[in-house]
Amino acid sequence: MCGIVGLFLKDKSLEPKLGAMLSDMLVTMTDRGPDSAGIAIYGSEVNKNGKITIQSDAPDEVFSDLEQDIKTATGTKVSVKRKSTHAVLEMDASEVNSVRVALNKIRPSVRIMSAGDTIEIYKEVGLPKDVAARFDISTMSGTHGIGHTRMATESAVTTMGAHPFSTGSDQCLVHNGSLSNHNSLRRKLRREGVHIETENDTEVGAAYLTYKMQQGSTLGEALESSLKDLDGFFTFLVGTKDGFGVVRDPIACKPAVMAETDQYVAFGSEYRALVNLPGIEEARVWEPEPATVYFWTH
Amino acid sequence: MQTFDLEALGLRKLNSTLHEQVEDTNQTAWEVINPKGSHAIAVGLDTPIEVTIKGSTGYYCGGMNQKATIKVTGSAGPGTAENMMSGKVIIEGDASQYAGATGHGGLLVIKGNASSRCGISMKGINIVVHGNIGHMSAFMAQSGNLIVCGDAGDALGDSCYEARLFVRGSVKSLGADCEEKEMRPEHIQILKELLAEAESDAKPEEFKRYGSARNLYNFDVDNAAAY
Repeated sequence: MCGIVGLFLKDKSLEPKLGAMLSDMLVTMTDRGPDSAGIAIYGSEVNKNGKITIQSDAPDEVFSDLEQDIKTATGTKVSVKRKSTHAVLEMDASEVNSVRVALNKIRPSVRIMSAGDTIEIYKEVGLPKDVAARFDISTMSGTHGIGHTRMATESAVTTMGAHPFSTGSDQCLVHNGSLSNHNSLRRKLRREGVHIETENDTEVGAAYLTYKMQQGSTLGEALESSLKDLDGFFTFLVGTKDGFGVVRDPIACKPAVMAETDQYVAFGSEYRALVNLPGIEEARVWEPEPATVYFWTH
Repeated sequence: MQTFDLEALGLRKLNSTLHEQVEDTNQTAWEVINPKGSHAIAVGLDTPIEVTIKGSTGYYCGGMNQKATIKVTGSAGPGTAENMMSGKVIIEGDASQYAGATGHGGLLVIKGNASSRCGISMKGINIVVHGNIGHMSAFMAQSGNLIVCGDAGDALGDSCYEARLFVRGSVKSLGADCEEKEMRPEHIQILKELLAEAESDAKPEEFKRYGSARNLYNFDVDNAAAY
């Protein structure tokens, strides 16, 4: 099973409500997968700053003095905003990579959830409502976001096995389904120098798309080629800095419903996830076609 | 008319209330409000009552229906009217995957489009779709009539048995062992009756018929001993 939701706002006046709308959609999908949940929110760009979202199982100890320790290690001024087990590090966008490298040395136990200009990813084991409350998602504003509630099949129920997976700057992916050729593809991608953290099938899908885009593909082209190179069941929802894309495998047995109005484009594993959106009664509601790439950008 | 607020009273209450209706009940007309895409609405009914669902439904609406007439004013989720035995299910909007799956009887009318696997393994149900249907429809269909006023997707009627498949528009591709067949007067008659009952103004003469070529392994009498 698994439940996926996504919301891409066209109407700027809805941006302060993005977190609240997306959490509500995700909580509705709880019974499609109650073991872990995650949300990626794309906020507004602030002063050319970059962000790294990190996670720790021992946040009290690991996050203390982090600002100072990064400053000492890199000379970069970083602001650290802690939210439960996660923290968002904000710095000049040009310093994101050096801070990332430094984190690996000074806090090797820290897990990097996402890095980029506007993306923040929060994910943990637990019910969507608890995960959303823990990170105060409903107060977050943003331009677009995606969420996932997981029923694990291909790898363990852990924070790192939860979706969304981010394998590139401002990129993330959530997945409903299971990939059959993830082991061979992981080996291939690793040979090409792609960093893959877990044994999870979805992370391979995310890494594959990141690799394709690094090779010069657009998001649309990368999604197109995934239809050829990925074997298995998938409905993917992919976020980038500018927007999101959707693709389903040719058999398309994993459900997907989309709705579009002048104000937003919304995605849900089921129509239930969309029922509280404004103007849903008048929205164009449809099922994305199999083996067809859809994407929207700002 | 009895009105039932699904959001306020919940699914169990709705289905148990509908199940309590006896054959000669006076409460023959029901309206369900606030369905909000919920699953399993009006499942397992077995009396000739009329239930109108005002809005869109989730999985398995009208499943296992016997005798009742169930109408959805919005769109329906996966597995609508699956395993229907008799009666009628009418969807004003679109229907998701495997609408009418394994249905034994009755009539399913979809006024919009149906998604993939419409009528999969149908066993006697009649299905009329005013719009298009998706891929793998009527897969292993055994009996009954699937009538499509629009177009059909890939692999129509793959490995089907004796079901009759009628398509007015184009067929993207035929599945294994499915072929176009001759339209005879009795087929025009079937179409005439079912199109009228489904409130479609399509002309029976505009349809083509598809069905089993009976060439698969299991149709060969020499293989009968293997079963």
